Amino acid sequence: MTDKLIWNPKAECMLLKERERLQLDRLQHIVKYAYENIAYYKKSFDAAGVKPSDIKSLKDIVKLPFTSKEDLRSAYPFGMFAVPHEEILEIHTSSGTTGRPVVVGYTAGDLELWGEVMARALSMAGTTKADWVQNAYGYGLFTGGLGVHYGARKIGANIVPISAGNTKRQLEIIKDFGTTILTCTPSYTLYLAEVAGEEGIDLKKCKLRAGVFGAEMWTEKMREEIEKRLHLSALNIYGLTEIIGPGVSQECMEKAGLHLQEDHFFPEVISPDSLVPVEEAHKGELVLTTLTREGTPMIRFRTKDITALNHGICKCGRTTVKMDRITGRSDDMMKIRGVIVFPSQIEKALLEIPGIEPHYKIIITRPHQLDELEVQVETSKKMFSDEIRHIEEMKNNIESHVERAIGIRIKVALVEPKSIQRSEGKARRVFDMRNMK
Amino acid sequence: MHVKQVSIFLENKKGRLLDALKALAKAKINIRALSVADTADYGILRMIVSDVPRAKAALESAGFTVKETEVIAIAVSDQPGGLAKILEVLNNAGLNVEYVYAFAEKHENDAIVVLRTENIELGIKTLTNAKVKILEPKKVYSI
Repeated sequence: MTDKLIWNPKAECMLLKERERLQLDRLQHIVKYAYENIAYYKKSFDAAGVKPSDIKSLKDIVKLPFTSKEDLRSAYPFGMFAVPHEEILEIHTSSGTTGRPVVVGYTAGDLELWGEVMARALSMAGTTKADWVQNAYGYGLFTGGLGVHYGARKIGANIVPISAGNTKRQLEIIKDFGTTILTCTPSYTLYLAEVAGEEGIDLKKCKLRAGVFGAEMWTEKMREEIEKRLHLSALNIYGLTEIIGPGVSQECMEKAGLHLQEDHFFPEVISPDSLVPVEEAHKGELVLTTLTREGTPMIRFRTKDITALNHGICKCGRTTVKMDRITGRSDDMMKIRGVIVFPSQIEKALLEIPGIEPHYKIIITRPHQLDELEVQVETSKKMFSDEIRHIEEMKNNIESHVERAIGIRIKVALVEPKSIQRSEGKARRVFDMRNMK
Repeated sequence: MHVKQVSIFLENKKGRLLDALKALAKAKINIRALSVADTADYGILRMIVSDVPRAKAALESAGFTVKETEVIAIAVSDQPGGLAKILEVLNNAGLNVEYVYAFAEKHENDAIVVLRTENIELGIKTLTNAKVKILEPKKVYSI
C-alpha cells in the first residue's frame, strides 16, 4: 500500500488550472520580493529594462534575466540574501570545487518548506513512520544529509543519521537495525554491495525496500544494477543547493520521470544555445525559479542540467510535471573532436554489455593535436580469459559498442578489479587532461 | 589428465607481477612453471602451482582476477625435434595450440611442456593415440 502514498495530495494532485493560478500569484510575489530586497536583482532587472509589474502571466517569466552560478559566486558570501542575518537559521554552500562556493541561507519558513518537499519525496519511495531511514548522504554544508533528515523527521520515520562513509558500519546497521529505506549517492550503493559481498552479508536477506538516490547523474542501466545487487526499488531524486538542496523533484514508484514540486519551484527548459524555451518533452537546460524561498530566492537560475519536462497526470495520481532523468550537464558536456558526448551516454553503452562492472573512468587527452577518449573498465571475473585473443575480442566489442552509441572511436583500457576509486559521495568519472599541459 | 593452471590479469603497472608473486610466497605456494603473455596495456600470468585452491585464494584476496583453466602437461624427450614431433601430431589433427610453455625442472629425463589446445578433450585424445606421454595432475603439481 505504501506504493500509493502521497504526502500532500492537495498540492501534488492539484488541478492544472488551479496550480497555474497559484504559481502566478507566487511568481509575482517572489519577483517583487527579490527586486526589493536583493541589490543584485534590482540591478539586473533594471539593466534588462523589466519591472516586477511586467509579470502578468506565467509566460512573462521569459522577460526576466537569467541568474547564473557565476552571478551567485560574485555575490559571495551574502550578496544574495534577502533577509537580515537574524532571520537566517541555517547556511549551506555548494562544494566550491570549481571556484568560490555559493552560499545559501534558510529562514524558518525555508526549512519548513525543505522538510515539506523532502517529505513528499520520501513518501514517493513509500516511507512511513514505521520505516528505518538510513541516511548515508553527508551531513554538513552539503545539502544531502540535512535535506533528507528534515523530510524523514517530518514523516516521523526512524532516522539513522550515519552520514557518508564508514561502509562496514553502514552494512552492520542495514543488517542489525533492519533498515528499510536507504538514502545516498547511486555510486555509493554499488560500493556498499561490493563490500557486503566481501563481508559475507547477504543483502537479499536484509529488509531494504527502497532507496532514494541522487546528487549525481546515473542511468537506467545503473538502476537495474543497483536493484539487482541491493534488492530494493532504486528511485531518483534531484535537487541543487542553489534552489534548496534535494527535494526539487523525485521519482514515484512508476519510475518514469521525477515529479517536480511545481508549487514551490517553477521550471522552464531552454535551449542552452539560443536561451529560448524548448517545446514540451524536448531536451534542454533546466531553469528554476523558487516561488516561496525567503532567505535566498532564485529567479531563473540556470542549472546547466539537461532534461525535458512532461505534463500530464501520472498513474500514481500526481499532477505535478515530470522531468526526465538528467542526461548531462550543459557544462560537463565533452566535446571530443568536435562531437558532443555526455558521460551518461558512455555509461549507458558500457552497462549494456554483460559482465561489465559499473565502475569506470573516462580520460580525455590530446596527444597529437587530436582528442582521444580513453575509458578504463575493470576486468571482472566474467570477462577475464587466460587467452589474449579473447580479451582483445572483449575489448574490441566494448570499443565498437561505445562507438556506435556516441559516434566516435574510443580506446578501452582494461584495469584490475577494484582499482578504480570508489566514492562515498559524488563519483568523479571524467578526467579531462587536455588543458593540463 | 587435466592439469589445472592458474592465470591472473596483470595491469601494466609497476610492481604488479611482484605483488602477485609475493602473495604466493606468503601463502607458501611453489610455482612449478610460469609464463607471461604481454600486450601493450596488460599481461596475463599463467602458472602451474603446487596447490591450486590455496593459490587462487591467496591471489584473490590480494585483489587479482584469477581464472582456473585446464591444460595438458606432456613429457617431451629432451632432444632436438622432441616438441616439434608432438606439435605435428596436433597440427595433422587440425587442432590449434593456443599457447605453450615449459617447466624449468626435468622429470625422469624428459622436459615437461604445458599446452593448451582449442579443444582440450580432443587434444588429449589425439596425443594419447599418438602415444605421447601425458602427465597426471598429481605428479605435475609436485614436480
